Amino acid sequence: MIPPAFDYARPTDLDEAVRTLADAGEDAKVLAGGQSLLPLLRLRLAFPELVVDVGRIPGLRGVREEGDTLVIGALTTHHDVIHDPLVRRHAGLLAQATETVADPAVRHRGTLGGSLAHADPAGDLPAVALALDAELVAVGPGGRRTIPARDFFADYLQSTLAPNELLVEVRLPKREGWGFRYEKFHRVAQSWAMVGVAALVRRENGHIAEARIGLTNMGATPLRASAAEEALVGAGGADAVARAAQSAAEGTRPSRDASASPEYRAHLARVLTKRAVLAATGTG
Amino acid sequence: MTHISVTVDGTTYEDEVEPRLLLVHYLRDRLGLTGTPIGCDTSNCGAGTVELDGTSVKSCTVLAVQADGGEVTTVQGLARDGEWTPLQRSFHEHHALQCGYCTPGMIMAARDLLRENPHPTAEEVRKALEGNLCRCTGYQNIVRAVLAAAQESAAPAARAASAREVTA
Repeated sequence: MIPPAFDYARPTDLDEAVRTLADAGEDAKVLAGGQSLLPLLRLRLAFPELVVDVGRIPGLRGVREEGDTLVIGALTTHHDVIHDPLVRRHAGLLAQATETVADPAVRHRGTLGGSLAHADPAGDLPAVALALDAELVAVGPGGRRTIPARDFFADYLQSTLAPNELLVEVRLPKREGWGFRYEKFHRVAQSWAMVGVAALVRRENGHIAEARIGLTNMGATPLRASAAEEALVGAGGADAVARAAQSAAEGTRPSRDASASPEYRAHLARVLTKRAVLAATGTG
Repeated sequence: MTHISVTVDGTTYEDEVEPRLLLVHYLRDRLGLTGTPIGCDTSNCGAGTVELDGTSVKSCTVLAVQADGGEVTTVQGLARDGEWTPLQRSFHEHHALQCGYCTPGMIMAARDLLRENPHPTAEEVRKALEGNLCRCTGYQNIVRAVLAAAQESAAPAARAASAREVTA
């Protein structure tokens, strides 16, 4: 279908982008790579008066290090995230999960920042950002502010970004020596995750010392499986991991749709948590 | 209306377009380049895959205004002086199409793969084409065609290498 009519602005720098968003108020939508927004427009599920194309603003693309932190520009494409040596070395979970996002053509256009700001609980990267304890940097009329990932996802397709704020950076603490795995269950190659599990595990003396588990599509926002994270501490073998994974769906409120019931999603969360953690510990 | 300047298959066009105009509609309806088809409304099928500034994109999921200043290559821009590329020839020779609707997108996606990975395995070809659907389910021959094209483009280098061995 043809998208609804909208006005179009292509600011050339960050200041102009923030001013344009501030002037437009609630009726503007930010366009980065467009791989989520354009399908919504085409299906007439969104009717912005103004589309603000931030795709050419300089300085928002690429990956750099700041001490113990990896800084990824919001406009860095999925393709570039997957192939970036710094990401692969310090945030392997993000690279591996991004490889499962959509398909190569979509990954050429879609951006990390766009995926997070879209705040789709069925998207793969929000749960990964939660598991990695990402910090998201937004710029608005009042300057920059840093939002921890756990405070960023407000509701279904809703982040805590103000309408006049732009996500500019994703900051990740470097995680060396952690095992990782993103497991996702979907019906066909490109469909959204029915459930996904992002696991990060640090081991000491053959036992799990720390675990971080992010859940995709187990509620209106991405979630951490806190009960399973606690239960995993001290787990040594596959049986102990399987037992701990039984609490992966605690505190979640998965939806019911044509593909799955809430009960089935809870089952998937437990199974995928077990698989992801075993793979992350290298014992899967 | 927004002014755009886009190079498509080697020709530069200056146009006034509505911001909502999709690149695929610009190619088909304005420029008459109907070799790039529209297969679905969900960004799933990949039939309309083209290259924008050297990488594959789904032309139904890019606005024409986003292509402003860019260089687009469609399946119609591949042949030189009526001579198909090895990949196009390989699709023909391996009967990698039934109805042909997915073929332009398959070829553009396969080009993208071979640029990054000139010697893919069958599994890598399948993964690279995950964003392209063939409604005739003719995937076997599509994979064969891509593998054969990869081998053919490797062949001249292999021949040159063996020629060097002979002279040495």
